[in-house]
Amino acid sequence: MTILARAIEVTRRYGDVLALDRLSLDIKAGELVGLLGPNGAGKSTLINLFVGLRRPTSGTVELLGGSPQDPAVRRGIGMTPQETGLPESLRVGEIVDIVSAHFPEKADKGELLERFGLSDLIRRQVGGLSGGQRRRLAVALAFAGRPRLVFLDEPTTGLDVEARRALWDGVRSFHEDGGTVLLTSHYLEEIEALAERVVVVGHGRVLADDTVRAVRDMVGVRRVSLVAEDLPDLPGVLGSERADGRVSLVTTDPDRLVVELVRSGVPFSGLEIRPTTLEEAFLAITSKEGAHV
Amino acid sequence: MSSLVLAHTRYLMIEQLRVPIGPLAGALFPAIAMLAFVVPFAGKDPVAATAATGSFMLFGAMSNALIGLSISVSQDREQPWNPYLRTLPAGPFPHFAGRILTVLAVMLVSVIPVLLVSAQFTEATITPVRLLLGVGVLVAVLVPFLLMGLFIGFTLSSKAAIAVSQIVFFPLGIVGGLLLPPQFMPDFLQTLSPYAPTRGAAELVWWATIGTRPGTVALVMLAVWTVVVAAAAVWAYRRDEGRRFS
Repeated sequence: MTILARAIEVTRRYGDVLALDRLSLDIKAGELVGLLGPNGAGKSTLINLFVGLRRPTSGTVELLGGSPQDPAVRRGIGMTPQETGLPESLRVGEIVDIVSAHFPEKADKGELLERFGLSDLIRRQVGGLSGGQRRRLAVALAFAGRPRLVFLDEPTTGLDVEARRALWDGVRSFHEDGGTVLLTSHYLEEIEALAERVVVVGHGRVLADDTVRAVRDMVGVRRVSLVAEDLPDLPGVLGSERADGRVSLVTTDPDRLVVELVRSGVPFSGLEIRPTTLEEAFLAITSKEGAHV
Repeated sequence: MSSLVLAHTRYLMIEQLRVPIGPLAGALFPAIAMLAFVVPFAGKDPVAATAATGSFMLFGAMSNALIGLSISVSQDREQPWNPYLRTLPAGPFPHFAGRILTVLAVMLVSVIPVLLVSAQFTEATITPVRLLLGVGVLVAVLVPFLLMGLFIGFTLSSKAAIAVSQIVFFPLGIVGGLLLPPQFMPDFLQTLSPYAPTRGAAELVWWATIGTRPGTVALVMLAVWTVVVAAAAVWAYRRDEGRRFS
């Protein structure tokens, strides 16, 4: 399959901050890839490199066989702007026009607005749109130039359930017609609903790159936290960290861990078991401390 | 490429016209100042009134170049819309060119009230040729002030740009002899005046409209200022590019 976007051993620093750390990633034609990671994990930096806004400190970024810095190459991509920055005094139709003007192949304006439920708002100024309407307009703009590859950064943040599902349908139909999508989201549900492949980034690296199913299984990970001085070696601990006197253990089998803990006779208090978010689980897994606290 | 410049100019113009506070201030303030200061004192003198009309047109045009441009450039840099535009298949040029063309267009419209006041209420006279020449010179001498606006816009936040551009604008206008003709200025200002970029610009406008000979020092200084602010604007642009897009 053709590779549409590729990062090879990409490192990006902002001064002393290491945003991406020798990260490699391929996005193939026809894929719908979910990019997951906590804030500061490097998701935005990665997208900014792919769309040509930033350059890597070292390593190579390729887009549609060329450089993302080349405007002609970017004819094949679409991106969502942050809806907070849309020019307030322009009308919905005018914003679509100015974006479309950059592309040789343009989506039909009426059809595009229809697809994102904005047909009635074509003459409305952006300043008069609700947050959800702005969000939908921002996502629609990614499709204005009939792209082969779209980057959707948090496409449904702040949308109600109905609007979110409508937007998912739009993304799915683009994908079914052969379009390629790189999607970031805070919502695991969204990634599950749309993506086939999930890439988890943290600390500027790819922590996991697998099918949705494999990643979903990892969500079964639980966080067991307690107050204790010293802990023996416990079974099934994927990662641990100590903060404010509490020890947090990430495990796939909390029941067995607690049984072993009690059996070991070590004094402890304040036992809590709770589900982790996917992001937490991955952070814990990669925390540099060993399993033994 | 040219169609993209047009598309950007169009959207920036629409933005300006829908919220026309800046252009209105740039157009009305010099016209009102004309009514208050020129009409009663120099309105009966054709040459003085014509020169004053040129001065106030330059004053209004300068406010668009310096204040208007610096504020819109600094605001652009603060909006996430601007980096989004950079992900579209075009370099920074169409937006930049659109911005400059918009300022020029707004500037040309904003000098009209001054012209109307001058035609209605003073004895100012001008031939069509000289009027055209005057407007041409006006656009040309605006270059250093556009560059100054770019420098401020690319280095400061929009809040700071609003304040700093005004602080730069008024003294430059006064020292250059735009509000009060040089011969009426106090001695120390008369000494200082030729070294201000506004003075050279004004001398050229007066040369085009009433045919006076521009002073050498003022012209040389205008050229020096243009080179210096051009270098500063390029530096500020590169610094901004390096920070936001590298």
